[in-house]
Formats: sequence, C-alpha cells, structure tokens
Amino acid sequence: MGNVADAVKKSVKKYGGDATQLLDVIRDVQAAMGCVSEEAILQIAKQLDVSRVDIEGVVTFYHFFSKQPVGNYAVYLNNSAVATMKGRAAVARAFEQEVGCRFGGTAEGGNIGLFDTSCIGMNDQEPAAIINGVIFTQLTPERVKDLVADMKAGRDVKDMIKTMGDGQNQNDLIRSMVNNNIQKKGQVLFDPYEAGSALKKAVSMEPVAVIDEIKKSNLRGRGGAGFPAGMKWGFCRDATGNKKYVICNADEGEPGTFKDRVILTELPGMLFEGMAVAGYAIGSDEGILYLRAEYAYLKNYLENILENLRKKGTLGKNAAGKKGFSFDIKIKLGAGAYVCGEESALIESAEGKRGAPRNRPPFPAQYGYMGKPTIVNNVETFCSSVKIVLEGGDWYSKMGTAQSKGTKLLSVSGDCKKPGIYEVEFGMTIQTLLEECDGRQAVAVQVGGPSGNCVGKRDFGRRICYDDLATGGSIIVIGPERDLLEVVHNFMEFFVEESCGWCVPCRAGNVILKNKLEKIMHGKGTAADLKELEEWCLIVKNMSRCGLGQTSPNPIYTTIKNFREIYEARIQKDKDYITEFDLAASVKDSCAFAGRKPHLEEH
Amino acid sequence: MSNEITFTIDGKECTGKKGQTIVEAAKENGVYIPVLCHYDGLKPAGTCRICTVRVGGRNMAACTTPVAQNMVVQSNIPEIEDMRKAIVEMLFVEGNHMCPTCEKSGNCELQALGYRYTMLAPRFPYLWPVREVDASAPRIYIDTNRCIQCLRCVRGVTAKDGKHIFGLVRRGDRTAISVDPELAAKMTDDQAQKAMDLCPVGALLKKEVGFAVPMGKRKFDSKPIGSEIEGN
Repeated sequence: MGNVADAVKKSVKKYGGDATQLLDVIRDVQAAMGCVSEEAILQIAKQLDVSRVDIEGVVTFYHFFSKQPVGNYAVYLNNSAVATMKGRAAVARAFEQEVGCRFGGTAEGGNIGLFDTSCIGMNDQEPAAIINGVIFTQLTPERVKDLVADMKAGRDVKDMIKTMGDGQNQNDLIRSMVNNNIQKKGQVLFDPYEAGSALKKAVSMEPVAVIDEIKKSNLRGRGGAGFPAGMKWGFCRDATGNKKYVICNADEGEPGTFKDRVILTELPGMLFEGMAVAGYAIGSDEGILYLRAEYAYLKNYLENILENLRKKGTLGKNAAGKKGFSFDIKIKLGAGAYVCGEESALIESAEGKRGAPRNRPPFPAQYGYMGKPTIVNNVETFCSSVKIVLEGGDWYSKMGTAQSKGTKLLSVSGDCKKPGIYEVEFGMTIQTLLEECDGRQAVAVQVGGPSGNCVGKRDFGRRICYDDLATGGSIIVIGPERDLLEVVHNFMEFFVEESCGWCVPCRAGNVILKNKLEKIMHGKGTAADLKELEEWCLIVKNMSRCGLGQTSPNPIYTTIKNFREIYEARIQKDKDYITEFDLAASVKDSCAFAGRKPHLEEH
Repeated sequence: MSNEITFTIDGKECTGKKGQTIVEAAKENGVYIPVLCHYDGLKPAGTCRICTVRVGGRNMAACTTPVAQNMVVQSNIPEIEDMRKAIVEMLFVEGNHMCPTCEKSGNCELQALGYRYTMLAPRFPYLWPVREVDASAPRIYIDTNRCIQCLRCVRGVTAKDGKHIFGLVRRGDRTAISVDPELAAKMTDDQAQKAMDLCPVGALLKKEVGFAVPMGKRKFDSKPIGSEIEGN
C-alpha cells in the first residue's frame, strides 16, 4: 500500500478535481489504502478544497466506506430476513470460527474482515455474501471453511468461484456464480424485440407524441411509488432549463427485491434504449445509471454494452440517426445506502453528497441533478417504455387492472420451492402466485418488502396491483415454521440501520418502535404496551419527512392489523405494567468487574 | 398581478405572499406554529417536523411548504398537537437533557416547548445514548448530548469562503453534528456567539462566559414560547 496523500492525489486528478465525484474518490482511496483514515479525509478535503466535516459526513454515511481498515478480504454477509430463513446463522458462526473474530471486526492480522450488510439483492439464493465486490451465493458452513482457507492462502477472490451462474452471468465481463432464476416470462419485458427499433421509432415521432404514448399506456413508476411515468416526463419536458437529465434508479434496496439485477444482467440494452427514448422525449442529452454498490460486479459488463451502443450509433451524437439528437449514458456507483432509492436522495448521492432526501417542492422535474430538470425512473419503467413505444399505449393498457396497466416483475423469495423472477400481469392474486412459486403452505406473505404490507391467509385472494396490494417487486413468502415477530424484528433493525438520520421521527422513532417490539418479544409486554406500539407507529408514519419513515413502521403496523393474535399471545394479560428497566442487566458489568454475584430482590 | 395569497389556518382568514412558507405567513398573521429547526433567514431544513400541519388531508412540514391560494391548513387540532408533543418527547429521550445543569435553561427552545406541551415525563422510555463532547476548539464547546440536529449551526455559521464549519456525520440513530477541527479553531468570538444564539438548545456554548444572565431572568422565564406571536 502506498502513501495516503499520493493515493488521494491520483484519484482527485483522475476525476479532474470535481467534488461531485466525491464517492468515486473515496472508493478509490478505500480500495488503495483499505480504509478512509482521518489522514485520508484531511487530504481529500484539502485537495478538493471543501470542508473536512463534509468529507467525513460522506465517508461515514455510506455502508461500504470505512474509517477503520476492513481487511484485504472484506466479507459482507447479507442479513436480510430471508438470509436468516435460509441458514444465515450457521454460516455466520462458521465465518467467525474460521476467521477468528466477530462480525464488525477483522482478524488474521487485519487480513480478513467480517461485516453485516443489508439486503444485497440475492434473496433467491441466500445465504449470500459480497467479498471484495464478488458475490458468493447459497453459502453453507462447509463452503465457508473453503472460502476462509482460500483467503488465508491469499487467493484471488475471483478464483474462489467454483461454478458459474446461468445466462449472461457467464459473460467474460461478469463471470459470476449468481443465477437469474427467471421463472416466468411475460409479454412485455421478456418478449424479444429488435434492439434499437424502439428508439428509431421514437425519433421519427415528435417528442411530445412519445410522451403522449406513455401517458396513454398509463405506465406507472415501477420502483414502488407508482407515479405516472408519462406525467413525470411531461413535467420535465415543460420545465425550463438549458440542460436536462435522465437518471435510472438502479438502487433496488428494498429487502427481497432483485428484479433489476436480472434486467441489468439480461436486458441492459433494452434499459439503455428506454433511457434514450426518455432523453429524446424530454429533451435531454445525458443519462446517468445510478448503480447500487452491491451490483458493482456488473459495471464492466454494462460499460461494455454502452460502448457497443455508441459504436452502433444508438448512443452518442445524432443518436439512432436522428440529426440534432445527442444522447449518452454514464454509470455512477452508489456506496451502500437504502435511502438512496428515494429519488431526491439518489440525486444528492449522485452529486457526491450524503444521501439524504431533499425537501420538496421543488421536485426533481424542476430542480434535479445539478439543479437541472431531471427525471428519475426505475430500471423496469424504462424497459417498459421501450415496448410501449413499439406496440403503442393502447396495446399496453389492455393488460392489467383499472389503475395498474401492463406487467410487473416480481422478485419472489422465502419459503417457496421456486424463488426467482416472475413477469405477471397486474391483478394476479397472492394465491395464484403462491401456486406458481410453490409456496402453498405459506401463512404470511410480505408484499412490497418491509415497507409494504404483511398479509395473512384471509387476504390471499387480494390482487397484486396499485389498486390493492402495491409492490415495487418484493414478495417474501413466510411459512408456518417461522416466528413472524422475528421477521418483523429483522425488518425494524433494517430501518434503524438505513434511516438517513435527518428527521426526528424516523431517526429516534424507529429505535423506540424496535425497543418496544423487543419488550413484547421478551415476554415483558402488557396490553398497554401493545396499544402504545400501534399508536407510536402512526406518529412515525405521520410525522416523517420521506417515504422511508412514512413506511418504516409498516412491518409492525401491518402485522398488528393482520396477525394481532401473535402479539396477544406474547403479552402478559394479568399485569397492568411491567418496567423496561432490567436490574440484572444493569448491574451485570459492575458485578463482573467486582467479581460478585448480583443480589437481586424481587421487585 | 397581485402577489397576495389568501388562505386559512384552523378557519382563520390569513393573507400571505407568494413564495412564503406556511410558518412565515402564519407568523405574520399572528398564528403560532411551533418550530425548532426553523430560524428566520436560514434556508428551511425540515429536520424536526414539529411544525407539521395538515393540508388537504396530508401531513406536511409548514417550514418547507409554500402557502398557496385558498389553502386550508389545520394546525391546532388535537391529533396534530399530540404528535408535536411526541416529537418533543422523542428529542428528550433520544439525547441526554439535564435541564437543571444546563447553561441554556430558560433560553432553551426545547425546554420551552416541553412546558408549552405540559410534558411531565416523556411517553417513550429514555434511550440514554453515549454522546460525544468536544471542547477542543478555543472558542466553542460542543455537547452533543443536548444536540437535536436542527442544523441551524450548519446553515448559519460558515467560514468566510462559505465552507462548512459544522456538518452531519454518520447516519440513522448514530447521526451527529461534528466540526472541521481547523475551521472550528479559527472561529471568531462573533461566530461562536452566533452559533450559541442559533442553537435552540445547549449543545453549542461560547467558552469563558457562563450564566451571564441569571436563571429566572431568561427569555422563557417570564413569557412562554410562542407568546411573542400569539400576543398573550
């Protein structure tokens, strides 16, 4: 490892001293030095001529940046609820035993580090981990032994992969063991078409006509919020600005979603074509793919696809042969933050800042990336727009339900025999989906991930669509052998970890909710605690600034609504009040220090 | 074209100007909406959410939402007031606030809101976090036990070239205010005083001055918070 100042200098120079590329600079320094030390922070601040606290603020915001050394091999083991269902505990124990340290630390003279990480988009093949950017799926304690032995022997991480995944995962530029698990191909996204034909058709139309076609299709944002895409494009087209941006949100962080991973692997050309269509429609010449750090293993492959599109003339000057229309796309990597899936937080992050959502108004369509009118759409939304341009809005709007047109990609995981990707028409019932994925024994289904709705058997006849059970794609099947409250607790830990910390109700409220849930789980809850827990969910939902805090109580809130009996079975019905205070736990440290046993009177 | 906007808060007819936020316009109409992170003249941050009001059935922060013609704002309704009180209580339990020993007692806006909302004990259990104290800068003392992360210091006190002296670090419940040590060391007396005046609580104190105004004669000792707007 070289000198900190040199590493910083080299990276800052590479990005032309541009402070909006701060995440890239930090990533380079982290890669070169193994961490971003105080000295590195000072050097970055000096060389970019910004305040040191601003650099520190960014370094400490993102999960994959660290002020402490993370090891030559940094193991990030997914801690999503589904990973736990699939045997994560045994895998984590094996890592700790073989490496010789607990999660959160390093061992082997700093050679190997072990860290927890939020859902990495591999719920269909858990337990999974990222080691130096390389994905390892379906881990077992035995496999962990081999991996740790390889790390101790100093092997290259890429060489530790034994089997390749399917499809483009075998591409020379990916070479990953990840599997696509495409279980069901529908008539929109997975129906083959002639690459480039949609953009050619779009540029033969007036830009407003393209937007009208998207409006006619009633395509709604596929990230989960469901805002009409045509309307968003229209607002941005009408906004005044000498420069406009098209941003693709490829930061699917909702636990349980992995559909964008499969699109990015198998249909990247369609995605980029959709971005170009949007660029033409709104009058933009620049697109940005904001790619979550967990999917960095796809970056070289995607860069190569972009290069081929430039060579073919689909991108670049006079794109698709249209005189006067230029459009190109660059890729920006995230660094580990769920909240950056919120569009204004994503924009902040793309500008090299902490990924805290912005106050609105103004909306990104008026004031977005670098203060310019910007549309931010989901990966799947852009892909759908390609088919809408080709086949027409009327064709598209014939599929689906009254308020949810077209098809939706679902990421199905958990207690089912056929986890993976399903392209289904909107309006499918939970029951039908459970039959298709062979999860018939399910007692609960988490629709839309932790921020969505946990429903029980009596709701299995309900439909997957914005009009009923909305989802950005995450569907987690929960079988009868699971402790539902453990799942809820896992989700609450996720929100506590992923809150950006900006507003009080989300920052403090989620911790308070998690603690109260724990009190009930530990058998110390009363009927009053359960009532308060439900009331406090509403405070956090009502008072929080962005979608994260407005939905983070949902794991608790929707399970109290739909599975109240589980909570009631855990509370002490004969007691009016039980204190949170735990005397035995409070004196544990001092007793250990004094070498005495606690003398606790019944209280 | 007139820039004047007419709207109502809890049924009271109000007038405002285009571009004004609900908080600003309410103040000019003699309606008090409680605030903590808002400070006249600083860009709104929307961190504390205590100014939450209901417009068209939706909750929004009055400090970041512009007034609009014919807007119907609900503010002083029991449901909203209880959630505002909950915010005050959350702030008390998420930090370590020892009012009797705090230099800001009587001038503290959080304490004053505690009184306004007749908070006896917070409904939430205390979290007793371990928080940092930084006394390394020559003119300013930073006690994050008392910090409510309103970002007034971040927004209001910057170096001459505009660089941030204060900033946020970490995320989630570990989020905290921190400083650029070199820039903090260069703070002038005026800047330290300004930081202390902006700080709604006792997290930022100017060094070498203490209790210059005795307790009992402080801002909220005689008049409750909001009375300057409500006029009683």
